[in-house]
Amino acid sequence: MMEAWEEGDNPMKKFMFVNRKAPYGTVYALESLEVVLISAAFDQDVSLAFVDDGVYQLKKDQNTDGIGMKNFSPTYRALGDYDINKLFVEQESLTERGLKLEDLMALTYEDEDDDWAEKTSIQVVTRAELADLMDQQHVIISS
Amino acid sequence: MSMLHIVNKSPFERGTLDSCLKTSLDGSSVLLIEDAVVGAVKDSSCSDQITAAIASKKVFVLGPDLNARGFTDADIIDGIKTVDYSGFVDLTTENDNVQSWL
Repeated sequence: MMEAWEEGDNPMKKFMFVNRKAPYGTVYALESLEVVLISAAFDQDVSLAFVDDGVYQLKKDQNTDGIGMKNFSPTYRALGDYDINKLFVEQESLTERGLKLEDLMALTYEDEDDDWAEKTSIQVVTRAELADLMDQQHVIISS
Repeated sequence: MSMLHIVNKSPFERGTLDSCLKTSLDGSSVLLIEDAVVGAVKDSSCSDQITAAIASKKVFVLGPDLNARGFTDADIIDGIKTVDYSGFVDLTTENDNVQSWL
């Protein structure tokens, strides 16, 4: 029997990028986003997970004028144009940090299979649901 | 001796804020900068600990780092004072000593 990570008839692999760090304090969030955008060029099944402090990456109203760093949060809005439209946010991580879905940026994509209807890219999932999603991946890259 | 304690890591991923709050003496000042600013936000799993600390210590948060992460003064725990960079400098000069919790 073929293992999940072995190449079968379908060469498309499921990649998940797991983001666990707040933006700006370290370079992990920005670097991960760069890698995600590069991965879009390879026509793979890409999803992103935001857990622990990674949920802060999607916080709306980020304003970096005072710290002399580039505000890269608008770049997440471009993901939908690269067919990266599965952004899973862990509910428990939001709750622990006093955050709600409404505190995050509204990220959307246009569904080509549904007359280009605008749909949300962000799905809030429980820790248990995220565990199942991770179990379905061929490759997981965490930062 | 008055001491300014500076914490720069998120309380959700490091234990430095917890160690700082447990070790610092009453009357000291605690300044949250960089990723530590998220600890100042209301209604989180660590806000009770900060609220308790405010009773005996002065807690500050660096505004520019707070704004970068999408938060404003309206989002932070009552009793935490926001400072800008010149306020940061003032804190270092007003206190006899500074301890950075790395």
